[in-house]
Amino acid sequence: MSKLNIQLPGLELKNPIMPASGCFGFGREYAQLYDLSKLGAIMIKATTVEKRLGNPTPRVAETPAGMLNAIGLQNPGLDKVMSEELPWLERYDVPIIANVAGTLTEDYVEVARRISTAPNVKALELNISCPNVKHGGITFGTDPVIARELVEAVKAVSKVPVYVKLSPNVTNIVEIAQAVEIGGADGITMINTLVGMRLDERTGKPVIANGTGGLSGPAVKPVAIRMVYEVYKAVEIPIIGMGGVTNAQDVIDFMSAGASAVAVGTANFVDHFVCPNIIEELPAKLEALGVTHIKEIIGRSHR
Amino acid sequence: MIQQERMIVVRQSEIAHHIFELTLQGQIVQEMNPGQFVHIRVSDSFEPLLRRPISIANIDKEAGEVTVIYRAEGRGTSILSTKQVGDEVDVLGPIGNGFPVEATPEKGTALLVGGGIGVPPLYELSKQLNARGVRTIHVFGFATENVTFYEDQFSTLGDTHFVTVDGTKGTKGFVTDLLEELNPEFDVFYSCGPLPMLRALENFYPDKPGYLSFEERMGCGIGACFACICKTTEQQEKDYVKVCSDGPVFPKGVVQL
Repeated sequence: MSKLNIQLPGLELKNPIMPASGCFGFGREYAQLYDLSKLGAIMIKATTVEKRLGNPTPRVAETPAGMLNAIGLQNPGLDKVMSEELPWLERYDVPIIANVAGTLTEDYVEVARRISTAPNVKALELNISCPNVKHGGITFGTDPVIARELVEAVKAVSKVPVYVKLSPNVTNIVEIAQAVEIGGADGITMINTLVGMRLDERTGKPVIANGTGGLSGPAVKPVAIRMVYEVYKAVEIPIIGMGGVTNAQDVIDFMSAGASAVAVGTANFVDHFVCPNIIEELPAKLEALGVTHIKEIIGRSHR
Repeated sequence: MIQQERMIVVRQSEIAHHIFELTLQGQIVQEMNPGQFVHIRVSDSFEPLLRRPISIANIDKEAGEVTVIYRAEGRGTSILSTKQVGDEVDVLGPIGNGFPVEATPEKGTALLVGGGIGVPPLYELSKQLNARGVRTIHVFGFATENVTFYEDQFSTLGDTHFVTVDGTKGTKGFVTDLLEELNPEFDVFYSCGPLPMLRALENFYPDKPGYLSFEERMGCGIGACFACICKTTEQQEKDYVKVCSDGPVFPKGVVQL
């Protein structure tokens, strides 16, 4: 009997561990290192209608216990993702969560309508929180009314459940979470990166060509835990938590705060085997807590 | 195949001002080729967080040892420079596509042009070129005398010329100044160094085949994160290449300089 399986709208997860969108490409690179079927799910890189070449370099900068990135949603575009990347991923026994991005509502709707028909796409993750593009992205994620309307439009066309990825760059994340729930979201994924900046010691100018970038890594975990904790109390729909997860204890923390599953982002760049390692470590962690199934710890902070 | 291994430090020394030579032992050495790199985690903690991509300078498959030469300038490389003999270092590698040794015909001549901390990968390349009967000419540019290294090692392999910006060693100026003066006869050129140098070299030898090694700030090091993207020239089918997994070595004319 598995101690780790989790059921969520559209998703039968062998375990609650999945690589976060943007940190895992479309899986090909990590497939050289381990069997992707070990993963609970894969959140693939954000897909837009047309291909995007992204921002100028440098696109990443290290910060204390974290990193900034401003990739700019580089991706090959919906057609290529549908014809090449998703069919390639079908060789693995793993549900795909497709991250959907765009500039206008129509873009999100178009990507959602088509990508949700792919046989291995079991859920969508609506990216209303990318801080690194000039239009779209985060502008949808900082206003509750606009966020709700976008969710409604996407829900009307999607063949699979829709999760919404929330931005931490707001005054009140609970308000946005409640708005997307009212809009019909099936779940929430949180948090995206925090907008930050690092300056070059010599020139005093931003290191990242884009100026600002999204902060991720262990440095953001306390912010993410706090936000998951608050949102869990305020909504009925499940949460996939993320933000600075590097080990099994972090997973326990996120699930205690209220996450039903956990995504691993930046840690994939540091320890390329971090996802399978966490999956292997979890049963012993649960045993130490006297827990027979991982779902028992979901929301235990609140009990 | 890329693997992750805890390699053992067998030697480490400062061979020039802030320039360190580190030799590591482990299984993954058997897979290594000149021009590839290793992605090193300098600390088991989260500070600093990311790995450091460092080029491979010498491969000794018999001893199972790899040598890297790096400049200890930032936080990560400074920590790496404190590693002692016997310490374990988390290494991911070997990564990327290296220099094509076979591009130079046997009995042919290769010109190796390096700039600063771009010189190290040319050492293993020169060894392997010489092993297949290729004559090598080495032209290396540095900022100043106290950051130069490996003069003896390169001299045993072929003609070796140094140029420094301040003239404290060899000719004064840039590698292209020296190349103009030397006007060497060769079949193929290989280069690693700062972008202005690579650009100058590509313009300098428009009719010769050449291979250039690039660097860019990296995240994952295996092609997943899209941090180390370079735009390609108009003749290329793809709009971009990833330095980590498509490179770091590209035939000249691929990357927009």
